[in-house]
Amino acid sequence: MITYEFLQKYWWFIMSLLAGVLVFLLFVQGGQSMLHSLSRKEDEKKLLVNALGRKWEYTFTTLVTFGGAFFASFPLFYSTSFGGAYWAWMILLFCFVLQAVSYEFQSKPGNIFGTTTYRIFLFINGLLGTFLLGVIVATFFTGSEFTVGKGNIAGLGVAGPVISQWQNPLHGLELLADLRNLSLGFAVLFLARTLANLFFVNRLNHEVLEQRSRKFVLFNGLPFVIFFLIFLVQILIADGYAVNPATQEIYLEQMKYLHNFIDMPVIMALFLLGVATVLYGIIRTVFDSDFKGGIWFSGAGTIVTVTMLLLVAGYNHTAYYPSSVDLQSSLTLQNSSSSEFTLSVMAVVSLLVPVVAAYIFYAWRALERKKLSLEELHSDGHAY
Amino acid sequence: MDLISASAVNWSRAQFALTAGYHWLFVPLTIGLGLIMAVMESLYVKTGDEKWKTVATFWQKIFGINFAIGVATGIILEFQFGTNWSNYSWFVGDIFGAPLAIEGILAFFLEATFISIMFFGWNRVSKKMHLTSTWLVFIGASLSAFWILVANAWMQYPTGMEFNPETVRNEMVDFWAVTCSPVAYNKFLHTTFSCWAVGAAFVVAVSGWYLLKKRHTDFACRSIRIGSLVGLVAFVMLAVTGDGSAYHVAQKQPMKLAAMEGLYEGKEGAGLVAMGMLNPAKQAYNDETDPYIFKIELPKLLSLLGYRNIHAFVPGITDIVDGGYTLSDGTTALSFRERKERGELAIRALADYQTAREQERDADAANQESILRENYAHFGYGYLDTAEDLIPNVPLTFYSFHLMVMIGVYFILFFLVMLYYTGKKDLHNSRWLQYVALWSLPLAYLASQLGWVVAEVGRQPWTIQDILPVQAASSAISSHNVVTTFILFAVLFTGLLVAEVTIMVKQIKKGPEPAAQEKVSHPQG
Repeated sequence: MITYEFLQKYWWFIMSLLAGVLVFLLFVQGGQSMLHSLSRKEDEKKLLVNALGRKWEYTFTTLVTFGGAFFASFPLFYSTSFGGAYWAWMILLFCFVLQAVSYEFQSKPGNIFGTTTYRIFLFINGLLGTFLLGVIVATFFTGSEFTVGKGNIAGLGVAGPVISQWQNPLHGLELLADLRNLSLGFAVLFLARTLANLFFVNRLNHEVLEQRSRKFVLFNGLPFVIFFLIFLVQILIADGYAVNPATQEIYLEQMKYLHNFIDMPVIMALFLLGVATVLYGIIRTVFDSDFKGGIWFSGAGTIVTVTMLLLVAGYNHTAYYPSSVDLQSSLTLQNSSSSEFTLSVMAVVSLLVPVVAAYIFYAWRALERKKLSLEELHSDGHAY
Repeated sequence: MDLISASAVNWSRAQFALTAGYHWLFVPLTIGLGLIMAVMESLYVKTGDEKWKTVATFWQKIFGINFAIGVATGIILEFQFGTNWSNYSWFVGDIFGAPLAIEGILAFFLEATFISIMFFGWNRVSKKMHLTSTWLVFIGASLSAFWILVANAWMQYPTGMEFNPETVRNEMVDFWAVTCSPVAYNKFLHTTFSCWAVGAAFVVAVSGWYLLKKRHTDFACRSIRIGSLVGLVAFVMLAVTGDGSAYHVAQKQPMKLAAMEGLYEGKEGAGLVAMGMLNPAKQAYNDETDPYIFKIELPKLLSLLGYRNIHAFVPGITDIVDGGYTLSDGTTALSFRERKERGELAIRALADYQTAREQERDADAANQESILRENYAHFGYGYLDTAEDLIPNVPLTFYSFHLMVMIGVYFILFFLVMLYYTGKKDLHNSRWLQYVALWSLPLAYLASQLGWVVAEVGRQPWTIQDILPVQAASSAISSHNVVTTFILFAVLFTGLLVAEVTIMVKQIKKGPEPAAQEKVSHPQG
C-alpha cells in the first residue's frame, strides 16, 4: 500500500541518493582544486583539464536536478534554506557559474581574461563548491537559526508576511562559525580531492601524473578520514532533533543520531560498508601500484555512505532540517513535503531514472573505452 | 530578522530580470543552432558529402561556446525561486517544483549526456550514433524548454490546483491540466519557434559575412540554404502561435492585453494598433488625457484576435479597474475595489481558519474555509493597495510588443527574399543582401528579448495571476544583500558575455577547417 508517509520516505531516499551521487561527482571539483599542485608542465595541466572537462556536465546537471527535485518534493526546505542561508547558497552558485564557462573558454583565442583566470575560476569552484556543500549538509544535523510560521502570509504573528524567516543577519555565513559544519566542509573537500586522484589514476595514460596522483590519494585521503571522523563523532554524541510521531512535537534527544543508527541496523550496516569501501579504494590504490579501479570502489562507497548518512538525518522520526532557535519550526518529512498527489506524480517520473542512468552509462563507456592521453586530445576534434 | 521591504522586492525583481535576460541571450541560439546543425549532420550522413560535415562541425563549435554560458546563467534562475522568492516557493511549490524537477531528470540530463558524445565522439562512436547524439542534444534542449515553459505558463494561467488552508499552499490536483494547458503548449511552440528564428538569423548573418569577405563561399551558401528555410518556417509559425498567444492573453490576462495595446477605454469591435506613439503626458489611468500622440489602427482586428469575434468588447485598463462590463461567461466583471475587498476577506478567513484550528473550534474553521474558498479567486488582490498597483508598465509593454511584431514581419520578408536569391538569383554578387543579412542579426535578438518583456512585464504585479503579487512572494531578506548579489551577477555576466562574443568572433574569423575535418575517419557506421 503506497501511503503518504511511504511517499515522503521514498522521496527522502531519492534526495539522499541524489546527494550521494552529487558528492561522488564532486571529484570534478576536487580535481579542479589540484590543477596547479598536481601538474608541473602545461601539457600535464591540459590533460587534467580535459579529463575533468569531459565530466563536468554530469556534476552540474546533478546539482540542477538536486535543486529541482528538492523543490518538487520538499518545497518548505527550498523556501527556508535558500531564502534564509542566502549567502551560503549564493556563493555556492556563484562558484558553479564560474565553472560552467571555464572549460570551454579557457583555451579559446579571444577569451579576454586569459587561461590562468579561467583556471583560477576552476580552482575557486573546486575549493568553495565542495567545502560549502559540506557545510550546508552538516546543518541537517547541527541546525540553523530560522523560524517558520505558515500563517504569516495571512497576517498572523508579528514577523511580517514571509513564512520562513532567518534569524541571523549573516544569512548563512554564520554557519562557518560551527566547528561541526567546518569539519564536514573540509571532509567533503578532501574526499572530492581524493576521488579526483583515484579518477586520474584510472583515466589517464600518463605515467608521471598517475604516480603523482597515487601519492596525492594518501595526502588527501588522510585529512578526509580525520575530518570525517571528527564530524561523525560529534554528531553521534550530540543531542539530535527528534519528532514525536503522535503529536509531531519536536524535542531534543540525547545521542539521537547514534540511536537512529542502532534503530535502523540495515542503514548502519550499509553505512559501515560504504565507509569500508571508500577506504578500500584509497588504501589499495596507495599500496598496490597496479591497481587502477579505486575510483569505482571509493565512488560507490561515497554514494552509499552519503545516502545512508542523510537517511539517518530524516528517518526514524527525526527533523531533517532542524531549527536551533525554535524547535517547533524544524522541518520534518511530514511538515515540509509536497502533497500526496504531487509526490505520487513525481514517483511515477522517478521510475524513468533507470533509463537516464542507462544512457549515462552508455555515454560514459563510449567515451572511456580508450584511456586519455595527450595524443588523444588532438584527434578527438574538441579539446579544452 | 528582516521584514519584507519594497526595496528588497524590487531588487529581487531586478535580479531575476537580469539573470533571465542574460540567460535568454544564449538559450535561443542553443536550441535554434541545435536544430540547424542536426539537419546539416543528417545531410552529411545521408549524402556522405564531407563538406556537410565541415559545415556541421563548425556550427557545433559555435554551439559549444554558447552552450557553456547558457548553462552558467541558467543555474541561478532555478535556485533564485528559493533564495529571493521564498514565500512563492512554499505557496505554489507543490505545483511549480514538479516541472523543474522533471526538466532536470528527463531533459537536462539528456542534453548534457549526449553533448559529450557530440563533441568528443567523432572518433569514438559510429556515424549514425553520432548523428543520433546530435539530434538528442536538440531534443533534450527542446524538452528542457518545454518543462520550463510549462512552469512559466502555469504562473500566467494557474490551473489544475486547489488551495489547502491547512498547509497554507496551493496543491496540484490535476497534473495533465498543468502540463497540457492551452497556454503552456502555445507558449512552448511560440518560444521554440523564436529559438529557431534566432538560430536561423545567426547562421544566415555569419554566412552573409563570409560572402561579403568572399571566404568559405560554398560553406556559406550551404548554411544560408538551411538557415533561411528554418528561418522562414520559424517566423511564419511565430505569427501563427503569436495569434494563439494573443487569444489566451485576452481570455486570461486582459490587463496585459490592454497594456500591450495601450488601450485605456475598452470598446466593441476594437482595432489593433499597427503603429503608434503613446502620449507621455498621460499620468494616470483615469485622467482625461488621450493615451496616443498618433496611431494607425487596423479596424476590428483586436476583437477578432482576442475573442474570435469582430464585434467583441475588449476591456481597457479603466474598465478592468472599474469593472461593470460583461465577461465572456456572461457574468459582470468586478471592479478592483470589489476584488480587493474579497481578497482581504479571503486572507482574513485564512488567518481565522488557522486560529480556529489551533483552538480546535472545528465548526468555525469550516465556516472560515468556506469563506476562503468562495473568495479565493481574488486572494492576491488583498495584498494590493491601490488600483495603480494592478497596472503594469504600459509604455514598456506597448513598445516591446509592437517592435517585436514589426521585426517578425520584417523577418518573414527577409527570409523569403533570401530563399528567392538562394534558389533563383546569384547570392554571391548581391552584396546589399549580404549586408542586410549581417545587420539583421541584432534585430532577431532584440525581438527575442522583447517577447519576454511583453510576457513578464505585462503580467506585473503578479507572480501567480490573481493569486500572489510580487510583494507577498518575496524572501525576508534586506535589500543590501540583494543589491550585492545583483551587482556581482551583473558584473560577472557582463564580463562573460563580452568574453563569449569575442571568442565567437575569433572563431568565426578563423572559419571552418575542412582539411582537418576531412582527415577524420569513422569507425564502422
